[in-house]
Amino acid sequence: MSGMSGSLSGNLVRWARIKSPWITIFNSGACNACDIEIIACLMPRFDVERFGILAKGSPRHADILIVTGRVTRKQASRLRRVWEQIPEPKYVIAVGACGAGGGVFEGLYHVLDGPECVIPVDIYLAGCPPRPDEIINAVVACLGLMEQDAAHGGKEWRQKQPAGKAGHASTGEGAV
Amino acid sequence: MAHVVIPVGPQHPALKEPVNFRVVADGEKIVRLEIDLSYNHRGIEKAAESRDFIRVLPLLERVCGICSHSHATCFAKGIEELMQLEIPQRAQYIRTIVAELERMHSHLLWLGVAAHEIGFNTLFMWTWRDRETVQDILEEISGNRVNYNMNEIGGVRCDISPEQAGSILKRLPLLEERIGEYVKMAKSQRTMLMRFCGVGKLSRAEILRYGAVGPTARASGVDYDARRDDPYLIYNTIPWNVVTDEDGDVFGRTKVRIGELRESLGMVRYCLENLPGGPIRVQAPKTAPSGGEILSRYEAPRGELVHFIRTNGTDKVERLDIRTPTLANWTSVAAALVDQNLADIPVIVAAIDPCLSCTSRLVVADRKSGKTGNISWNELRNGVCRIRPGSNRI
Repeated sequence: MSGMSGSLSGNLVRWARIKSPWITIFNSGACNACDIEIIACLMPRFDVERFGILAKGSPRHADILIVTGRVTRKQASRLRRVWEQIPEPKYVIAVGACGAGGGVFEGLYHVLDGPECVIPVDIYLAGCPPRPDEIINAVVACLGLMEQDAAHGGKEWRQKQPAGKAGHASTGEGAV
Repeated sequence: MAHVVIPVGPQHPALKEPVNFRVVADGEKIVRLEIDLSYNHRGIEKAAESRDFIRVLPLLERVCGICSHSHATCFAKGIEELMQLEIPQRAQYIRTIVAELERMHSHLLWLGVAAHEIGFNTLFMWTWRDRETVQDILEEISGNRVNYNMNEIGGVRCDISPEQAGSILKRLPLLEERIGEYVKMAKSQRTMLMRFCGVGKLSRAEILRYGAVGPTARASGVDYDARRDDPYLIYNTIPWNVVTDEDGDVFGRTKVRIGELRESLGMVRYCLENLPGGPIRVQAPKTAPSGGEILSRYEAPRGELVHFIRTNGTDKVERLDIRTPTLANWTSVAAALVDQNLADIPVIVAAIDPCLSCTSRLVVADRKSGKTGNISWNELRNGVCRIRPGSNRI
């Protein structure tokens, strides 16, 4: 991505990506509540398609991966594989109290940890489940992060910040 | 022609939740279906043994986010029966109102998903728009859209004020009109008739053999509903009917669910109009009696939900076993898919309204030999669970 920034085609791709991010949803051990609230975002009342956000089934078409739930032992390797298939630059939103830091499934025998144990997470969204408007807010915050990353030429600038999770301390947008 | 094995899932465009199908096909015809459901297994039954009755209800609600009230009510009413608690009428009415609203939101959700599977996205949008009305009502009553947390042992947490009841009653006619629209649509919409009729047919005998429950069973003429046949809450005192159908195919299941939408709406209206006064909860003892065992049955939106509870005199359960309706229905899906077209897989699978988060149980049973066995972490992770004879531990 950094090689392309500045060129006309690079700017065009960047503009298109931020104007129309495609998401893919992955249930890594959630209770379904977050999933139906995400689908409710696509429905007439919230209608995220007016922002160009489209839910895609294939990770190869996606820019943003939305992970719901804590990661079960069986889903961990699958989550990693799905994440690897998303083309760069890719962003991950952990939706729900489970992914954001605990939830009711913390410490169960078939539950590993939050998604950050397998893949890097950019945005954490708490709530059990978060309301659709909060989910839209998280996606919009993710778009802000995308824009900043594009300006800095990559995600590395966030990792140089002293403490906190990605995006937390520096932008204030990481945690929604 | 040789058989071809088509793997579907756990991540697949047509799937909403992680499940793995291995469809064995001969050309366009399905020969056999193998299912691996265990991706979302978390270990809730085990965790329930280590949490007291106050903390276990929020955990049980999250067995499934769609029928959260079902699980909590099913558990609470079982424990209350063991404690021999008399639950106030008003609490029972409120539980019933939330349960029927939940059924409405779940059936509207299902109708949308089924329409989506046949490419009828207009209906998908319509039903989910109407579902928002139900969600608003639920949010008004409980404070949350999905996991309501209404129950506690001994009653409910939130009361319904007369103003709330009035405002809910005012919104019901709109829903009623919309449901009437869906009834009309199911009769005349060509897209639905063509994709639903004669697809995934199951006879009454097959349903009984495979032990299917809920709307799937009622669509094949099995006149069984736990609300009527093993009454709980106030279902034996309010007017309503069990909806059945004789078609036995996906279309029959659609008609049953639309009919149940109407019945649920009637029940919500009746309960709100006849809401008795009095307290909404009683003080429950901290512990349940020792050696108590109960099989608590509940008609969840997807069918009969069963909680087996054993108590040991402490404030925790000794054993909790959850049999969710979707688990009971999977065998019937495998049977219904045989000799059907490959393109009909999504709609036949969707017809039982599968909920995989609740279904991911760890069941090890060998009825013939009666043996149990060890499962290593590795086997659990890879989905190859074999029973090793000779050992006595699961």
